[in-house]
Amino acid sequence: MAKTVKIKRGLDIPLKGNASSVIREDRSTHLYGIVPDDFPGHTWKVRVKPGDAVRVGDVLLSDKADDAIALTSPVAGVVEEIRRGERRHIMAVTVRQAEEGESYREFEKATTPEGVRALLQASGLWAMMRQRPFDTVPAADSVARDIYVTAFDSAPLAGAMLESSQADDFEAGLKAMASLTQGTLYVGIRAGETVSLPNGVRNIEVLEMVGPHPAGNAGVQIAATRPVNKGETVWTLDSRTVARVGALLRTGRVDWTTLVDVTGENAQNPRRVRTRIGAALSTLLEGFTKGAASDRIISGNVLTGIKVDMKDGFLRYPYRQITIIEEGDQADEFMGWASLSPAKFSVKRNFPAFLRGLSKPFSFDARIKGGHRAMIVSEEYDKVFPFDILPEYLLKAIMARDIEKMEQLGIYEVAPEDFALPEFVDTSKIELQKIVREGLDYLRSEL
Amino acid sequence: MKGLKRKIDSIKPHFEKGGKYEKLNSVFDGFYTFLFTPNETSRSGAHIHDASDSKRLMITVVIALLPCMLFGMWNVGYQHALAIGSTDHNIFSLFLYGLWQTLPQIVTAYVVGLGIEFIIAQIRGHEIQEGFLVSGILIPMICPVDTPCWMIAVAVAFAVIFAKEVFGGTGYNFLNVALVARAFLFFAYPSKMSGDNVFVSLGGEKAIDAFSGATPLGQVATATSPDFVINGVTGAPVSLADMFWGLIPGSWGEVSTFCILIGAVILLATGIANWKIIVSGVVGALVTSCIAHHFANPLYPVSYLTPVQQLCLGGFAFAIVFMATDPVTACRTSVGKWIYGFLIGAIAMVIRCYNTGYPEGAMLAVLLMNCFAPLIDWCVVNSNIKRRMKRLNS
Repeated sequence: MAKTVKIKRGLDIPLKGNASSVIREDRSTHLYGIVPDDFPGHTWKVRVKPGDAVRVGDVLLSDKADDAIALTSPVAGVVEEIRRGERRHIMAVTVRQAEEGESYREFEKATTPEGVRALLQASGLWAMMRQRPFDTVPAADSVARDIYVTAFDSAPLAGAMLESSQADDFEAGLKAMASLTQGTLYVGIRAGETVSLPNGVRNIEVLEMVGPHPAGNAGVQIAATRPVNKGETVWTLDSRTVARVGALLRTGRVDWTTLVDVTGENAQNPRRVRTRIGAALSTLLEGFTKGAASDRIISGNVLTGIKVDMKDGFLRYPYRQITIIEEGDQADEFMGWASLSPAKFSVKRNFPAFLRGLSKPFSFDARIKGGHRAMIVSEEYDKVFPFDILPEYLLKAIMARDIEKMEQLGIYEVAPEDFALPEFVDTSKIELQKIVREGLDYLRSEL
Repeated sequence: MKGLKRKIDSIKPHFEKGGKYEKLNSVFDGFYTFLFTPNETSRSGAHIHDASDSKRLMITVVIALLPCMLFGMWNVGYQHALAIGSTDHNIFSLFLYGLWQTLPQIVTAYVVGLGIEFIIAQIRGHEIQEGFLVSGILIPMICPVDTPCWMIAVAVAFAVIFAKEVFGGTGYNFLNVALVARAFLFFAYPSKMSGDNVFVSLGGEKAIDAFSGATPLGQVATATSPDFVINGVTGAPVSLADMFWGLIPGSWGEVSTFCILIGAVILLATGIANWKIIVSGVVGALVTSCIAHHFANPLYPVSYLTPVQQLCLGGFAFAIVFMATDPVTACRTSVGKWIYGFLIGAIAMVIRCYNTGYPEGAMLAVLLMNCFAPLIDWCVVNSNIKRRMKRLNS
């Protein structure tokens, strides 16, 4: 059964630098790093010491309170370093790949829902899920009202989620995931694409999404079906994680290989790379950048990704995309506010860009292109925010730390990524995603 | 431009913390960002941003105001020539006369207003905000041409400090700054803000015998019988076309409905002004003035004006296009905007028609609705909350 959902309020930002679908195998990366900050909602404790030998799927970190939830090694080798920052905060746990063959931790195959849950938590796949409210990794005993699987990414320059060879694993994974909820498992696909569903599972529904970004975001798919109310929890995950679940159930091994689209205007020869999660960028991006200081390397897409360092950074969650754009901090633009250049992208019609059409590719750099101001323009965010939520009022409630208002205005339904497009179009250049993240953390700490 | 940039960058340290001119940091930053787009890059969240910023926003509004301003200047000269019986109607000499009369007002408004903004920005340690670029041009335009500069200075200072900066600056004010300045003048110096002697600049010259300096609305408000005739400064009757093109005396920037329409087209085409407010405001004014016209009463002579005359006269058209659409002080929700605009139109006409003490009601209507905008928004927001609560309870 499929339901079509049309999104009107949104925006496809036309960036230059689409990746070609030719896949390059990454053979030069031997160092991998898992960054615990990518998995909010839990306090992670390191369970290994430098020098320990680990197999693929062995525990590197686990939840301090509930040992069940683990982050596991993407590779067989030796733990190289526990990188710490200020106040001994764990920045990353790195593993150097062993030179001789792979060894895998063998998991017992699960048949019951409880077994699947335990298997996901032990294998590290649980941590790849997020929950609403709060956009955190679900607690070990979390009960999902519904589960949302996003099977496509609508963000700028994002590539396809799955390869056709993964269809069987995806089906098996869907079946296992659907057993974990009493409610419905929704699969969000782009309208016109097809998805193969497991036979005999009643509680799976397909959402065919029509419209611009953020149609692929889980939050939008939730809002279009059953928005999250206070006291409810839904889980969200991408179809790659579902396929990994299927593979784990089939083989008893967890597979951490991933396809990364290296994209962006400053990426040389942008294309897909097959590597593993947490790959070190210094080797992963060999040949993709000239190593210029003016490159901004983003793990993820330009809207929600994380700025990373080529020298000692790693591929970060959700491990699907790298975008390389110009930093732009050396640009001298004389009286930019008066510019009539059609090369400047703006959704506002007081720039001539709309005359040449906003769907042709534009160059972007990382400048915020203005000064920070208080909110001036009204209903600016609403145009790219397909929720029945008044974003401006929710943001103001968050800034005021008014919990009652936040709840009333729908904070349980949103994640920071839902505010990425409003942040992009904002005339006042306010850091909206940061505000929402802080608001969600505050709310969680107060409850 | 590279050279200029290098030069400015070289003096920049003097204005930073610990520098010689540390106290002028905000002023320096204001000019610097005016000349060169800041190359600050994103630190969190989205890595790329839309090119629009508040400078672009404000400058677009100023451009939309230019037709009204230029025509207003010419019209000051034209009304002057008519009043003194001069036959020299050379477009440039008329314009120059108007420019000479109005430029000091504009300069005063900018110097005083921006001066206060610079000082407060420095004290608070934030960037200079561009909001006053628009307010500073609006304030003289909605004043009579004979308003002394010192009055404008006092009004601007009052408005900027008490209507804006005490609330936190641009984006936090709940009243339209330009209209607060106008209201301050209106109530503090009523003799200089209304009547027969302030709307036409005589420039010290002797007026012709038939001269009358009353604005059309002022004449109608004091009319004693329903069959009044609206006269121009020379005593000749004023046609509807004159009212539309703006060949009448009045606050100098808002006389021409035609130029206001050009401004409206610019604001709507660029998406800066909200069309819902303008449309609902005009509808509100038309509906109310139709009703008033239908029940016209000799006690309230303005009610004899036709709805079209009502739109072309006075400051209503200017207020609905340039004042009511100020995004900071208007309603911020979509539904709220419809209500807000409609009520401005309706209340402006009610004040005009039924309060003979004020010949023009647009200013008070906008200020009143500025006060009610948060309440309207509160109701709209609450309906959103109710929907969510209903879902929770079902």
